[in-house]
Amino acid sequence: MEILGLPLIYYGAMILKVLVAFVFVLLTVAYATYAERKIIGHMQVRIGPNRTGPIGLLQPIADGLKLFFKEEIIPAEASKFAFVLAPLVALITAFISFAVIPFGDTIEVMGYKVPLQIAAYADQTGTVFDLNIGVLYILAMASLGVYGIVLAGWSSNSKYSLLGGLRASAQMISYELAAGLAIVCVFMVSQSLSLQAIVADQAGLFGWYIFRNPFLFVAGILFFICSLAEINRTPFDLPEAETELVSGFCTEYSSMKYAMFFMAEYANMVTVCAVTTTLFLGGWHGPLPSVLNFIAKVYVLMFICIWIRATYPRYRYDQLMKLGWKVFLPLTLFLIMGNAFWITLFQK
Amino acid sequence: METLFFSLVAAIAIISSILVITNKNPINSALSLIMTFFCLATLYVMLEAHFMAAIQIIVYAGAIMVLIVFVIMLLNLKSESGGRTNHALFLGVMTGVLLLIQTWYLLWRSSLTGTKGVVDSALIAKVGHTELIGKSLYTEFLLPFEITSVLLLVAIIGAVILSKKKL
Repeated sequence: MEILGLPLIYYGAMILKVLVAFVFVLLTVAYATYAERKIIGHMQVRIGPNRTGPIGLLQPIADGLKLFFKEEIIPAEASKFAFVLAPLVALITAFISFAVIPFGDTIEVMGYKVPLQIAAYADQTGTVFDLNIGVLYILAMASLGVYGIVLAGWSSNSKYSLLGGLRASAQMISYELAAGLAIVCVFMVSQSLSLQAIVADQAGLFGWYIFRNPFLFVAGILFFICSLAEINRTPFDLPEAETELVSGFCTEYSSMKYAMFFMAEYANMVTVCAVTTTLFLGGWHGPLPSVLNFIAKVYVLMFICIWIRATYPRYRYDQLMKLGWKVFLPLTLFLIMGNAFWITLFQK
Repeated sequence: METLFFSLVAAIAIISSILVITNKNPINSALSLIMTFFCLATLYVMLEAHFMAAIQIIVYAGAIMVLIVFVIMLLNLKSESGGRTNHALFLGVMTGVLLLIQTWYLLWRSSLTGTKGVVDSALIAKVGHTELIGKSLYTEFLLPFEITSVLLLVAIIGAVILSKKKL
């Protein structure tokens, strides 16, 4: 039985790939919450969760079950459609970026090549095709992510939610710009928008884009910081600053809808770390088998995210805007210029 | 299969664009407009114009519409209450009918020759859509492209001057 010249087993392998990758990301998201509480606990000389299961390992499952059985409350004055839509948008846009991230080298199943990237396939000759605008796709999905938060803030019909939503949209637009410009530095070196090509170009330790030249090094760090701001992580978590805004845009949410925002937040963290790994840290290249390299790099970046959260206090709002528009934006423009000069002078 | 998918996307696009003007709640209108843009992006993907699709979402759905939603939220616009005024309805219908006549006239007068351009799906698969657009923007359409960028610069400076009275 064949479809488009490829046997059915090939399609089975492709579907299995998608399922395994998705379940793995879901598990990572669930255990990121546990890791965060545990790591921050130890950093602050506490123990962290340790009651549910051995050393608290069942905590994420217990949390999920608890939230699942909570009563669902929709405020009487809320606009229902947008209120229900918002957590869905947040969750889907957080996960969907993963479709284009290559998490491993192409493997062979029964003589057919299977690229380890969800939105990619190989034809009969073994040439791998992936979305040739992969990076733009990630940027597009990241820019849609803001709607989840904005809609949540607006539809709840509460002061705190609205302020949280407004803050989030202003912040995300500001930092999206700098993050996008930092990625331009990558395009200039890779000369391709396809993530397969970008990863293939980074073979070897000094092939990693972050080690290519000083401008790319700064661009990589800048991209990571801007991404932290875009996904509202500390020190940029003003949309849910609990000292001023209760819990910002998700104040009025309860039960599974709240859990979805929570999952979206951690899924965003995983995605951002995966994107940074792919664009700047050589993707799946490294000493271990390809997938393990990728996972190790993503986990190190996630640890850094958590570490930052345990270390830094929150920015003030005017500082945040000043940093985005008056420091990061000119800096990225300068990096693009510098990168262009470096490429023409040294890499001809 | 492709025709079926196209009809589905086109139907959603038309329904959501009708919802843009019939919705009384400004945010719901904006949401419908985003849906329309999304459907347009899907149609671009079906035409193998991947770059256009991504830019459509980044620029329209991701930037312009976020600004519009932001302004609606900031001004806290409520659902419009009063009925539509008669002269607005009249003008709208008139414009619609005029546009329809114009489109029909043009379609009727000019003959569809069916000549195809040089760019087809084989070329896009070989060279890449982004590369094709980049090449034609920087060779064939260099002057219009540069003029557009100057225009945008003027608009940016204008916005700064308008919003900052004391410079």
